Amino acid sequence: MKMTRRFVALLMIAGTFLCLFSGCAGEDPDKRTLTVFNWGDYIDEEVLQIFEEETGIEVVYSMFETNEDLYTKITSPGGDSYDVIFPSDYIIEKLISEDLLAEINYENVPNISLIDEKYLDLPFDPENRYSVPYMWGTVGIVYNKSLVTTEIDSWYDLWDETYSRNLFMMDSMRDSIGVTLKMLGYSMNTRDMDEINEAIEKLKEQKPLVLAYTGDEVKDKMIAGEAALAVLYSGDAVTVMDANEDLAYVVPKEGSNIWFDNMCILASSKHKTEAEEFINFMCRTDIAEMNRAYINYSSPQKEVYENLPDEIKTDPVQYPSDEIYEQCEVYEDLGDYTQIYDQLWTEVIAS
Amino acid sequence: MKNRIRRGKTGKEEYALQVEGIGSRRFAPMLALPFSVYMLIFIAAPLVLIVLYSVCVDPPGDMSFTLSHFKRFFDFENPVYLQVLWRSFYIAVISTAICLLIGYPMAYILSRMRPTVRNILSVLFILPMWMNFLLRTYAWMSLLENTGLINTFLTAIGLPTMNIMYTQWAVVLGNVYNFLPFMILPIYNVLVKIDPAVVEAAQDLGANGRRVFTKIILPLSVPGVISGISMTFMPAITTFVISKLLGGGQYTLIGDLIEKQYKVTGDWGFGSVMSVIIMVLILLCMNLMPSSSRDHAGGGLL
Repeated sequence: MKMTRRFVALLMIAGTFLCLFSGCAGEDPDKRTLTVFNWGDYIDEEVLQIFEEETGIEVVYSMFETNEDLYTKITSPGGDSYDVIFPSDYIIEKLISEDLLAEINYENVPNISLIDEKYLDLPFDPENRYSVPYMWGTVGIVYNKSLVTTEIDSWYDLWDETYSRNLFMMDSMRDSIGVTLKMLGYSMNTRDMDEINEAIEKLKEQKPLVLAYTGDEVKDKMIAGEAALAVLYSGDAVTVMDANEDLAYVVPKEGSNIWFDNMCILASSKHKTEAEEFINFMCRTDIAEMNRAYINYSSPQKEVYENLPDEIKTDPVQYPSDEIYEQCEVYEDLGDYTQIYDQLWTEVIAS
Repeated sequence: MKNRIRRGKTGKEEYALQVEGIGSRRFAPMLALPFSVYMLIFIAAPLVLIVLYSVCVDPPGDMSFTLSHFKRFFDFENPVYLQVLWRSFYIAVISTAICLLIGYPMAYILSRMRPTVRNILSVLFILPMWMNFLLRTYAWMSLLENTGLINTFLTAIGLPTMNIMYTQWAVVLGNVYNFLPFMILPIYNVLVKIDPAVVEAAQDLGANGRRVFTKIILPLSVPGVISGISMTFMPAITTFVISKLLGGGQYTLIGDLIEKQYKVTGDWGFGSVMSVIIMVLILLCMNLMPSSSRDHAGGGLL
C-alpha cells in the first residue's frame, strides 16, 4: 500500500512538471529559430552565442558522430527538423542526388567571396550550388618519434613487421580500404573488383600486425604512447601533437584522401533565410578564425589563412604544399558499391 | 477461484486480496491496461517490425519480399557471418562459465553471513552498477593498456608486462566484470530463501557437510543458477561496446555487426535478419534449460 501511495505521489509530481513545461509546446510565430546539426566538438560554441545576440535568431544545436549517422538521422522520420547540416564531400554528393539539399541563394551569403577558390567547384558539388566549405583536411599517419626506427613516409610502413601489434588502423571502411587502394596505386573511389579485392587481401594480410581498429579513442592512445603508428585525420593530428611532442604527422608519398566538410541547407528546411544568414555569419573572418583556432582543422577562408602566423601557414600538417594537395583525392559517393565495400570490410575485421 | 483467493496464503494471493480491496473485481483487469499498452507499443510492435524488415529488400523504403538477407547470412562458401555468430556464442559461453565459477561460491558465502553483514556486502556488489557501464568499460581500458596502471605497476616491481588489451581475453574479462552481479544476485536470492530446517533435517539424518551441499543446497539452488545463467548469457552474446573497446574491433561480435548495419551501412534488412537470428538462438538456448523453475527464479531483482 505504501508503494501505491508513493507511486501516486510521483505521478502527481510528474504531472505538475508537465504542466510547467506546457508553455514551451507552441512555437511563437514571431520568434526566429534555426536548428544546426554538426559534428561533435566541431565549433567554438561561443560563436553560437554571438550569432544569437547579433541576429536574435535562437539556435538549437545538436551533434552527430559520423557521416553515416548524419545521413540516417536526416532521412528518418523527424529528420526534417534540421536546417543547417555539416556533411562531408561524398555524403553531399549522395544528398544532392537524392534531392535532399536546398540550393543556396548567394545574394544572402556574400561572404562566399572570402572562401579561397581552390576549395570551390569541387567534383562533389560543381558550382557550389548546395554547399559552402567549412573545414578541410587530409588523412595521414601519426607516428611516435621515440617509438619508430625507420623513416615513415609511405602507407607500406603500416605493413612493416617492425611495428607488429604496434599500430592502429581506423575502424572506418572508406578510410582503411581507401589508404590501401592508394598504397597500391589505385583510386580511392575505384569500382574495379580486381583492385578492390587486391586491397582487401592486403588488409587481411595486415590484420595480425594491427593492435586495434579504433574510432575517436585513438587520440588518447597515441598521446599516451600506446603505439608507434596510427592512421588519423590531420586536425586530430594537430590536437595529439599539441599534447605529446614526440608525435608527428605525415601524408604518405603515394597520396591520400583530402576531405571537405561543408555547410548545407536541407531541402525540407522551414528556416531557409535564417540558415543562409547563419552560413554567411560562419564565413565571416573573425568567426571563421574562432572556429579554426578551436578545432585546429584547416580553414578554407582566405583572410583567416592570410592572418595566420607563418609557422602555421607553412605547417605541412595543416596547410600541406600544393604538391601534396594535388596528389590527394576526394571521396566520391560509391553508390551501389557501398554495400560491396562494407561487406568486404566486414570480412576483414570479422575474419 | 474466489475461494482460492479467500484461502490464500502465499504472497501472490495476498496481493490478489489487496487488489480486491482497492476496488471491485472488474477494476482489477484495468490495472493491467497501462502495461498491456506499453507491451504492445514497445515490445510487440518492434518485434513484428524486426521480423517484417528481415524479409524486405531495403526497409523502410523498398518493402518487397526477399530472403536474400538470410541467404547472405547463411553463406556456407564464405561463412564470415556464421564465424561471427560462432565467436559471439563461444565468448558468451566462456564468460558465463567464468561468472558461474566465481559467482556461485561468492553467493554461497554471502548467504551464510549474518543478515546485517550480507546486506551491506550485497549492496557493495551492486554499487559499481550505479555507474554507467560504458564508463566502467573505459576504465578497464586505462587499466589494461600497455602504458596502463597494471602494466606500469608490474614494470615498477620488475615483473614482465602482460598484454591482454585488444585480445579476446580482454573481451571475456569485460563481460565477466560487467555481468557478474547478474549471476551472483539470483543465486544469492535463492540460497537465502532455503529453509534452514531442511538443512538441519538432513544433518539430523546423518548427512555430512558435503552431502548436505550436493543433495540439498545445490539442487534447491538450481532455479537461481538457471536464472543467473540466462541473465549473464543474454547480455554477453548480444554485447557490442565491450568487444569494440576492449577487443579493438578485431573480435567482431554479432552485436557489433547489428549496430553497424543500422548506424553505418544503413542496411536495416540485414541488421534485422541478424537480430532475428540471435533472438531465435537465445530462445533455443533458454528452452534447452529446465523450465520448471523459471517463475520463482528470483531474477530481475536488481
